[in-house]
This record gives sequence, C-alpha cells and structure tokens, in this order.
Amino acid sequence: MADAIAVLGLRKSYGKAVALDGLNLSVATGEVHGFLGPNGSGKTTAIRILLGLLRAGGGTARLLGGDPWTEAAALHRRLAYVPGDVTLWPNLSGGEVIDLLGRLRGGMDASRRASLLELFDLDPTKKARAYSKGNRQKVALISALASDVELLLLDEPTAGLDPLMEAAFRACIEEERQRGRTVLLSSHILSEVEALCDRVTIIRLGRTVESGTLAGLRHLTRTSIAAELAGPPAGLDRLPGVHDLEVEGNRVRCQVDAGQIDALLRQLTAVGVRSLTSQPPTLEELFLSHYASGGPARGPAAGQDGVTE
Amino acid sequence: MNTLAGAGALARLAARRDRIMLPAWIYVLTALVAGTAYSFRKLYPTAAGREQFAAAAARNPALLSLYGPLSGNSVGSLTAWRYGAFAALGAGLMSVFVVVRHTRADEETGRLELAGSAAVGRRAALAAGLLIAAGANVVLAAVISAALVALGLPAAGSVSLALAIAGCGLVFTCVAAVTAQLAQTARGARGAAIGALAAAYLLRALGDSAGPRGPGWLSWLSPVGWAELVRSFGQVRWWILALPLATSVVAIAAAGVLAARRDYGAGLLRQRPGPARAAGWLRGPLALAWRLQRGTLAGWVVGALVYGAVVGQAAQGIGGLLSSSEIRKILVRLGGHASFINAYLAAIMSFSGLIAAGYAVSVVLRLRSEETGERADPLLAAGARRLSWALGQLCIAAGGTALILAAVGLGAGLGYALRSGTGGTEVARLAGAGLVQLPAALVSAGVAMALFGLVPRASVAGGWTALGVFVMTALLGAALQLPHWILDMSPFTQVPKLPGGTVRAAPLAWLTVIAVALAAAGLAGLQRRDIG
Repeated sequence: MADAIAVLGLRKSYGKAVALDGLNLSVATGEVHGFLGPNGSGKTTAIRILLGLLRAGGGTARLLGGDPWTEAAALHRRLAYVPGDVTLWPNLSGGEVIDLLGRLRGGMDASRRASLLELFDLDPTKKARAYSKGNRQKVALISALASDVELLLLDEPTAGLDPLMEAAFRACIEEERQRGRTVLLSSHILSEVEALCDRVTIIRLGRTVESGTLAGLRHLTRTSIAAELAGPPAGLDRLPGVHDLEVEGNRVRCQVDAGQIDALLRQLTAVGVRSLTSQPPTLEELFLSHYASGGPARGPAAGQDGVTE
Repeated sequence: MNTLAGAGALARLAARRDRIMLPAWIYVLTALVAGTAYSFRKLYPTAAGREQFAAAAARNPALLSLYGPLSGNSVGSLTAWRYGAFAALGAGLMSVFVVVRHTRADEETGRLELAGSAAVGRRAALAAGLLIAAGANVVLAAVISAALVALGLPAAGSVSLALAIAGCGLVFTCVAAVTAQLAQTARGARGAAIGALAAAYLLRALGDSAGPRGPGWLSWLSPVGWAELVRSFGQVRWWILALPLATSVVAIAAAGVLAARRDYGAGLLRQRPGPARAAGWLRGPLALAWRLQRGTLAGWVVGALVYGAVVGQAAQGIGGLLSSSEIRKILVRLGGHASFINAYLAAIMSFSGLIAAGYAVSVVLRLRSEETGERADPLLAAGARRLSWALGQLCIAAGGTALILAAVGLGAGLGYALRSGTGGTEVARLAGAGLVQLPAALVSAGVAMALFGLVPRASVAGGWTALGVFVMTALLGAALQLPHWILDMSPFTQVPKLPGGTVRAAPLAWLTVIAVALAAAGLAGLQRRDIG
C-alpha cells in the first residue's frame, strides 16, 4: 500500500529564517511513526504544511495520496489533528468543541465519544476558558480519537497530561494501531515513543538526520563498557571507534561505536577479563547525540567533564 | 508582602506596550475638540451671529439631547457644546480599554501569572493599569488645554473643559478597575464598563432634553453630564470637578478591596456550565461564527434600539427653530438639508452609520485574532474550507451591521412616532434611513477584509486606521472645509442624507460593488497565503 505521508526535500523559509531545509519523511500506512527533534527544529512547520495551512517553499509533500495544499479540505475529512498548544473558543463548552470538530471531519462515533470522555475523565459542560492546558488537550484528543478518520497527526499531544492520562493515551494509540490507523506522533517523551512507535524520524535544523526503527537506530550509537582486567591494558587509545577512555590500573571504562565492539573485546580478552559490564545506549543518549548541535555522538557525562576542565 | 510591590515596573511595562495606542487616542480626541473650535471661529466670527445660533440651539431639546446644553455663545462655549460630551465619551472609552488591557486581559491570558510569581504584590497590576490610564487622562487634559489656549480661547474655560473631559475619563478608569475585578473575562469586564459608559451618555441625553418640567436631574447622575455641567467658557463651576474625583476615589477603594480578596483568575461573577453536546445546527464555520458572536450582536442591537428611541423621541422639539438662519447653516453643515427634523434625524443616522461600521470592522478583524490565536488551525485542519471560514465571518459582519442599523432606525422611528403621534409610516421611513448607511459601513469592512487576505500582519492597524480616516473625514471634513476630492474618498459622504434627502441608486450600488470587490480581493489573497 502507498505511504500515508511521503515528504521529499521539503523546504520552507520565513524571510531569511529557514524552518525546513530539505526534510524527508515517509510514514507507511498503518504504522505509528515517531517524529522527533529539538524545539524549533521544524516539526510543527512540517505538520502545518501537511495540513495545508502553510504552502511548501520547495520539495514535495503527499498526504494520503493527495496534495495537502490543493486538496486540503477533502484530505482533512480523512485525518484528525491535535495541536501541541490547544487554544479553544473561550465561551464554548468542551462538549460543543468536540462535536463541532467531529462534524467538520464528517462525523464521529457517539459511543466512542462517551467512552473516551469517561476514560480521560473530562467534564464536557465546562466552558473552554475554565479548562487547564491538560484539559484543553483532552478536548482535542477526544475529538480526534472519536472521529472516523484514517490518519492522526498528533503534535506533542501529551505535553499537558498527567501520568494516568498519559497511560490512557498510550492505550488509545495501541488500539488505533490495531484498527489499522496511521499515526504521526511528535513527542519529547522518550518512553512514550519507545512504547508506541514502530519507526521514528529525527530532525534537526529543518533536516532529517535519522530515520528507521528504534532497534536500527540503536546500532548507530555507542555501548558503554566497564571491565576489570588481569593486567594493565595497552593500545586501547589507538583502536578506532573507542571514546571517553578512562584507565585506572587494571580498570577500564569507555564507550565504543556499535561496529567496533568486537575489536575492543578482542583487545580486552587478550589481557584477560575478570569482570565485564556492557550497557546498550539508552534512548536518552540516542536522542541527545542527535539533538546536540555538535554532531558526533557524545554522552552527557562527557559534556559535564568538559565543564569541569 | 507589600500589595503594591512591583507596580512601578508593571506600569513601565504597560507604558511601553501602549506607546503607540495612547498617543493616538490623545491625538484624535484633541483634534476633535480643537478642530471644532477652529471651525466655529471661522464660521461664526461675530458675537451677534453666535448669539443667534446659541439662542436657537438652547431652546431645542433635540440638539440638547444630541450635544448637551449650551452655556454661552463664545467660540469656546459652542465647542464645549458640540464636542464636550463626545470627547468625554472618548476619554471614557480610552480609559476602559487601557485599564482592562493591563488587568483582567493579562490575567486571563496568564501573562500576569508569570509576572505575578516575581516580587509583585496582589494589587500591583491594578495599580499599574490605574496609573497608566489616569496618566493618559492627565496628559489628555494638558494637551487639550494647550491646544485651545493656542487657538486663542480663554485659559480658564480651556482648562476647565479639558479637566471635565479628563474627569470623565478618570471616572471610567475607576469603573473599569471595578468591572475587571467582577468579571472573569476581559470581554466581560470591557462590556460591563462600556455598558456603564453608554448608560451615562443616555442618562445625560434624557436629562438634557427633558425640558423645564422633565427629569433634568438625570444629567446630574451621569459622569458624561458632569463634563457639561461645569459650564466651561460660561460661569465656570469648578466645584463640579470634585464629583469625578470623589467618584474615582470611591471606585478605586472598592476595586482595591475586591482585588485583595479574590483569587487570581477568579471573578465575582461565576461562569455557568455549558451544554455537554453541541446543538444539532452547530456543524460549520458559519454556525460557529453565529454561536460565538450572537451574544455580542444581541447587545449591539438592544443598545442601538435604545439609543435610537432616546434620540428619536427628542426630534419632536425641533420644530420651533425655523426662524433662525444660523441654525439652518449649522444643521446643513452637520449633515442634512430639507426640513430640520429630517436634518437632525439624518445627522443621527450618519453618526450611527459610523458606529455600525466600527462593529463591521471589528467582526472582520476577528478573523485575524482567530488566526493569530491559533483557533483557526483546528477548524481548518478539521475540514473547514478557508473560503467558508472567512465567508461565515463576513456574513455575520454584513448581517449584524444591517440588523444594528435597522434597529437604530426602528428605535428612532418608534421614539419619534410615540412622541409626535405620527404613526407607523415614520417607523418604516426611519428604518430605511438607518439601512441606507449599510453600503458605506460595508466598504469599511471590505477594506479590513482585503487587508486581512493580502497583508495580514498590517490588517488590524490598517483596518482601524482606514475607518478612522473615514470617520474623521465624515465628522470634521465639512467643518474644516476640506477639498471636495478628499471628502469624496470617504464612503460615508456618498450615502444619501436620510430622512429628507433624495435617494440615488448609483452611489449605493457603487459602494456595494466596491465593498464586494474588496472582500473578493481579500478572499483571493487568503486562498493563496500561509495561515498563522
């Protein structure tokens, strides 16, 4: 089946400020796709182009097989959008907003609306101005999830939710996946991304820096190795792919690129290994390495060392 | 903590945010008063001419209700009579906007929460808003005094008129400070304060047109009335200036007590819950626009009916003035010809057209605030077409303006018919006279729509500026004897002076075509541009 979202070389600038500088993004139909990047990296701009609110400055963007700019209204009946910062009409009740947006999309499931209101514990009779940020977000989420659509575009949808509601949200997205709906999820909550997403795309400065499955991305980063050896090691600093090396007598700590683990272990076993711990890269390290403007992967500890020196 | 801590810093912030808006208000209000003084001096250079004019005007409840009582026949008296009450009204409006903007509006949007978490006292924002608005009124008084003295008017009269105008501004500064504590929203706070201002104006109008046996004391209840009761340029009654001061002190004390007792973000008037399900008809952009704005529109229509009725019932008294050639002259300048009752009612209708245009522009520019407030995004992303979103709002603008104008005409017709016993034909005739203003109001709205579609960033400032230019041209153009081609630029000089004037279809058709073309240009621009 065709990709639900196919973006190639997308560009957008506001005067001299470049928001998107050749973004690539492909989301297969039926997958939950994580869309990650530091603040100001262009995620929201990309989503607003996909919604036809902004006109692309260059490159191509296809959404559900159509052109998001010229076919906006027709495409919007097949998708639901939850913005990161939900603002509502202050004198409308939450229930009115849920119904209005659902009807504009071409209808919603009344029983699902009721069960979602219960699940998210939202009072639909309150006026929107009385809602907290989290409750405004729930209004947009319930309206989106209860609508009968193929694609969900969610821009940091859980930023204002408490942990209980966050869990409810995850359950909902899991359900959506099983129904075969496609989800593009922009998020900063890494555990959420790890739990929900089949694939992720990481962008920085308006460009795609990485795209693939989480397991695949892990291979791109370093494993931490700590070992106690039979004798003092030698020649480790000459090995390619070994970073942040610390040697204290017989103890060794370092980080090693995924492709060089084998070579490092050979060197260590040549001396004799008494104990060995190896830690796969945490998701945080994975993202920090891509988010930081420096480029090559560096752990957070390395950064702190730099400060004390 | 000292409840006023940080007020100075907040006041400086407020002054910085208002650095364009406040000078503009002060400039426009000063130009209104000084421009009128200038034109009276030019039109009636002799004391005899002014005497005749003043004597005629003083016997006429219609003019008295529109402009207030005359306190003499000098240029200054005539100026104070013609624009004293309007300038007081303007100063009141300015003060309400400023105070609410720096108190309840900041609180509602949460900006004050950020500032309030710093070393800022509970009453600091209130004090800062009061300080800025009161300061603006002090500057206004100084600038108007200076302008009038520079035109050669007596110093005592100039200063007392300027202080009377600023006094009304001060009262509504403090009224707005109270409503900002009572209402939970900026809209509610502004609405309540402006409602009080409108009531004060109407009380004055009723009191001033009451006649010797009528309830003339009503004027004494109105802060707008006080501005005239000072009798600047006559036997100046300085002590009346104590009334706005005393009222302000009481209101400030009340606002201070309320501000210290309530929670952040809370008001004394509670929000009622809304429906859990949307009504069946709420399913498109037009329906949403109606749902959001029907309350405001209802307020406008009721206000227009009441205003029309008050000024309409005063029209009957105009008959006794046919002897004066000077009043004939001034009435022609004020915007009409043929019979004087008609001229008076036509002046009322022109004025109502300007106000209704303000409503139309505000409704169109709501599109921009929906866009920048990011409320347009979910709507457009949910399948609403840009065209139907904008058209929905334009429908409310056009339909609402028509309703308001019809209501003014209807009110005036009813008021006049009841007082004079002329019956129903007057009602229909005056409703038509109100509606004939519609094309001109729509051109103003069309300008705002064109700007919104083509240059959205400049649309709010540009839309209001264009309306301001149209209004100033219509109000002061003839008196300032501006060249004809400048007068013709304002759509309001193109509509027939009804009742009484002759209706030619061509200008009305042209205005409608221009309004539609402007709106179409805006819609075309909106289709092509980025949202946000």
